[in-house]
Amino acid sequence: MKETTKETNLPRILIVDDEPAIQRFLKTALANGEFALFQADNGHAALSATVTTKPDVILLDLGLPDLDGVEVIKRIRQWSQVPIIVLSVRDREADKVHALDAGADDYLTKPFGVGELLARIRVMLRRSLQQAPEPVYRIDELEVDLARRLVLLRNEPISLTPTEYELLRLLVTNAGKVLTHRQILKQIWGAVYLEQPHVLRVNISNLRHKIEKDASRPRYILTESGVGYRFRSEF
Amino acid sequence: MRSLLLFKRLYKAEISRQESKDAAFQYKGDEQPIAMSLAQEEMRPSPEAMLRVAQAEEQGGGRGKLKIFLGYAAGVGKTYTMLEAARQQQQAGRAVVAAYVESHGRTETDALLEGLEILPKARREYQGVLLPELDIDAALVRRPQIILVDELAHTNVPGSRHEKRWQDIEEILAAGIDVYTTVNVQHFESLNDIVTQITGIAVRETVPDSILDRASEVKLVDIPPEELLQRLRQGKVYVPEQAAWAAQKFFRPGNLIALRELSLRRTAARVDDEMRTYMETRAIPGPWPVTERLLVCASGSPYSEKLIRTTRRLADELKAQWVTVYIETPSLARQQQENRERIWHDLRLAESLGAEVATITATSVAEAVIEYAVRHNVTRIVVGKPAKSRWREILRPPIVDQIIRLSGAIHVHVVSINGTPATTPVSRLHKKTRPVASWFEYLGSLILVTAATLLSSLVMPFLSPTNMVMIYLLAVVVAAVRLSIKPAMLTAALGVLAFDFFFVAPRWTFTVNDTEYIFTFLGLFSVGVVISTLVTKAKDRSEALRERELQTESLYYLSRDLAAAVDMESVMTAVMKNISATLDAQLAILVPHGEQMEISAISKDLTLDNKELAVADWSFRNHRQAGVGTETLSSAQLLYVPLQSTASFLGVLAVKLEKISDYRSPHHRRLLDAFVTQISLAMERVHLAQQAEQAQVLQARESLERALLNSISHDLRTPLVSIIGALSSLRDENLQINDRRSHDLLDGAWDEAERLNRFVGNLLDMTRLEAGELRINKEPCDVQDLIGCSLAALEQKLAGRDVSVKLEKGLPLVSMDMVLMTQVLVNLLDNALKYSPADSFIELRAQTNAHYLIVEMLDRGPGVPEHDLQRVFDKFYRLPVPEGVNGTGLGLSICKGIVEAHQGTISAENRSGGGLRITIQLPL
Repeated sequence: MKETTKETNLPRILIVDDEPAIQRFLKTALANGEFALFQADNGHAALSATVTTKPDVILLDLGLPDLDGVEVIKRIRQWSQVPIIVLSVRDREADKVHALDAGADDYLTKPFGVGELLARIRVMLRRSLQQAPEPVYRIDELEVDLARRLVLLRNEPISLTPTEYELLRLLVTNAGKVLTHRQILKQIWGAVYLEQPHVLRVNISNLRHKIEKDASRPRYILTESGVGYRFRSEF
Repeated sequence: MRSLLLFKRLYKAEISRQESKDAAFQYKGDEQPIAMSLAQEEMRPSPEAMLRVAQAEEQGGGRGKLKIFLGYAAGVGKTYTMLEAARQQQQAGRAVVAAYVESHGRTETDALLEGLEILPKARREYQGVLLPELDIDAALVRRPQIILVDELAHTNVPGSRHEKRWQDIEEILAAGIDVYTTVNVQHFESLNDIVTQITGIAVRETVPDSILDRASEVKLVDIPPEELLQRLRQGKVYVPEQAAWAAQKFFRPGNLIALRELSLRRTAARVDDEMRTYMETRAIPGPWPVTERLLVCASGSPYSEKLIRTTRRLADELKAQWVTVYIETPSLARQQQENRERIWHDLRLAESLGAEVATITATSVAEAVIEYAVRHNVTRIVVGKPAKSRWREILRPPIVDQIIRLSGAIHVHVVSINGTPATTPVSRLHKKTRPVASWFEYLGSLILVTAATLLSSLVMPFLSPTNMVMIYLLAVVVAAVRLSIKPAMLTAALGVLAFDFFFVAPRWTFTVNDTEYIFTFLGLFSVGVVISTLVTKAKDRSEALRERELQTESLYYLSRDLAAAVDMESVMTAVMKNISATLDAQLAILVPHGEQMEISAISKDLTLDNKELAVADWSFRNHRQAGVGTETLSSAQLLYVPLQSTASFLGVLAVKLEKISDYRSPHHRRLLDAFVTQISLAMERVHLAQQAEQAQVLQARESLERALLNSISHDLRTPLVSIIGALSSLRDENLQINDRRSHDLLDGAWDEAERLNRFVGNLLDMTRLEAGELRINKEPCDVQDLIGCSLAALEQKLAGRDVSVKLEKGLPLVSMDMVLMTQVLVNLLDNALKYSPADSFIELRAQTNAHYLIVEMLDRGPGVPEHDLQRVFDKFYRLPVPEGVNGTGLGLSICKGIVEAHQGTISAENRSGGGLRITIQLPL
């Protein structure tokens, strides 16, 4: 574990990767004065660094020399809800779902653009720094008032079934974060429905028809193909 | 067979140690002086001589060495000397095993056996008695360096693998194990009849001379006859009681001296032979005789065995090669149906004596012999002195005379074959019989004569008696054509008698008044005989022709079918179809499959049990015929003939003939040989064709892989050029690059990096698809979501392009792997974007029919040349495209792979008005 930045009141980011080239690249890309950067090059170092440095976001590579990345996620999740963004060359959806189900918050497949990474980090930071959830969620033309159970599109109220509302509420409160099919099914319908993904698809489809301008090109509810859904947090 | 066994026991004898030592005369064949003077180098050995040596050495390679302990009678100490030699070898550290040694209770011999590993003997039951035999399988499994086997000439119990022990030994030698064995000189085939002449006792157990010729060492075990007789008196020679009288007859000084001389001369001849080979190979000049070649005929007569032995001795003296031919003439063929066993026996004898053997079908024996002789450069023909009586010679010149007349430059040796004909077990089993015309043929001749007489009496008032002869002549002609020769002659004789009795004055008596009629009678009779002889000959000839025609025809059909056969299966079909009918046989073809023989084709109703398969296996491994009709494993139900080509051994043909005697019939054998050659050739051809095809496929694959590799390395390197180029120019501080230019460079590098990433992704997908690793994870999917995902993935590229999506209302959820299908649509969209003009219209449609979801992607690009419409889905297919468009050539083949993994179809067609339509159908 290395501390590379002294300023302590900046958001703290822990970079876990065993490839020196990637470490170097991430350090350079993120060294814009916005973050305090910490590094670890194996699973065990990552676990102890999480304890000692108390990062606000962890960037985690899955292919570590000593521990599998998913195992690292599980161990951290036993005591901390710190946002974890997985950075991996494993691009198969099963790998992504596996990591997300284990507790990761987002997943970026290598190679990626720095802009994309920064955007994801900011979403995570906003979520982790936000103390109490806001009762009203506003994005573009959509407004969701969680306190009043009200959904407005271009200031016009739209009617949703209770399930659709619950679905939207779940997505909105996790805006910017990928939710896997299993996570959504479990939260809305319960564990019995884990193997019934079509229920989810039909409801998403219906929800889209109600809130999206063109259901073929959704702007709010984005499909993470083979993984799950993500509610867009900013334009 | 039992009597043979007894006979062998009779002469089994052992002697004590001291005497045997002093007289042992040893001669070694494989030790040759090494020095060769340089002056001799110019005189090069003849190629033939070198070839012979090379062949002998080749045979020696990998083969075990045979050492023969040769004696002239039982009791000279062969077994003892062999054991002594074996002990010496054992002390020298070689692994020696006694596989079959008979000590007959002699303590001296037993003492020598002590300390040697003794292999248990196999016990075989024969007529209720358990007889000890050499256990050849145990010997082969044990695999020592030297195996001791007593009594080379022993005949095995019927039902053993080989008929004779020398064949067992041959197999052991072939397995690369050295063998020590013992034998008495009278057992050698070529000396067999001489020994019989000397001793008056026929020796039935014989060994081919070639065994002695090929042995690498022959040790003569010799003691003076007086000593041997003394030992016999002292009871030191093992003689079973029941055979004491024969022993007395055998162990006479005269006999022993003669046998001793034979054994000494036989060994000396071998030394002479070795010397000759040595001189020849080193080109030592000497008076070498011109190469001679002898020919002798086998006829199946009781004398031909003697003739064959005589020829072998003659050939030995002349150092000549020799051939034995059997000429099958149609008339002989008929007579010799029963005689085939004898002929077969004669030919086998000749073969075991070292002759080449040939069988020829011809009408004239003499002509065929001369023709064969001329064609094969025969220098001498050996014939027997005719035994026919004088008057028959006048009627029909003996074959000897015919041969002498036709022989030209070829010498003819006429040898005496008087004396008792050699009797063989075969000849005793089959009494020589001439075919007897059936009784109704004679009845027919009687009827013919009666009819002629009746007719003559009818026309008597109108004809003179001399002309009535014509009517009888007609009867004779009819008889000659319809009946066989004897009834025809009878007709002639009866006709003369009837004519005389009924019509010649005085009638009703056999007396003749007019002596002129005697001439009429003679004329009638001789015309009858001549006609019937001629007709018979003509019949024979046409029969021979027909048989040959049949053979040629069946061979022709087989070879025609085989020539058309392109694979093993059709070869098998052709064989089954043609051979079973011609030979009236059931067949099976076995080919090696791993360690075992597997039946590749088999006649209906024929089954091969494990025992039969083992015989086939033996035949294949030893490259020799086996089974019924051969000397090996003759208790088998079928005959097994190995199928071999010049280069390889392809399998075994198993044949089950109608009758047991057919296995030994030259006719069947000849046909079978011809068939086997044809089958082997065809199998080899198919084999080679398959190999060539495989080589071609391999080559095609190699060239494809080379093209792939070239393409891949090109696609991987090209993006790196711009990336490295851009980065290096930005990194170089000496280059004054303004913001605008650096921005352009970075843009270029970025695009290329993306392209490289895409390409690597595609390659990985393709590899997964081809490795079968890609598992389709089907789930019910929303088609709209699918299309949305695809569009989202290409969001940046789609900027400014007009893509219209047309979805049928109420599309159901369709079961598919959403991730993979998204990739399909992304690839298709990407292509459409790349290949169509920037301002053109791209359309995506989805609808369903009863069974399928149909997704169409339409663009207004250049389309694809008609003949390439199928190829667009091939790996690394790329359209000749305008500058700046670059793809990996993998996109569409990945699409195809994914769609087909969904049991769907994907196709491309050109649109009217330009552009391409890609249609995907997925089962609902």
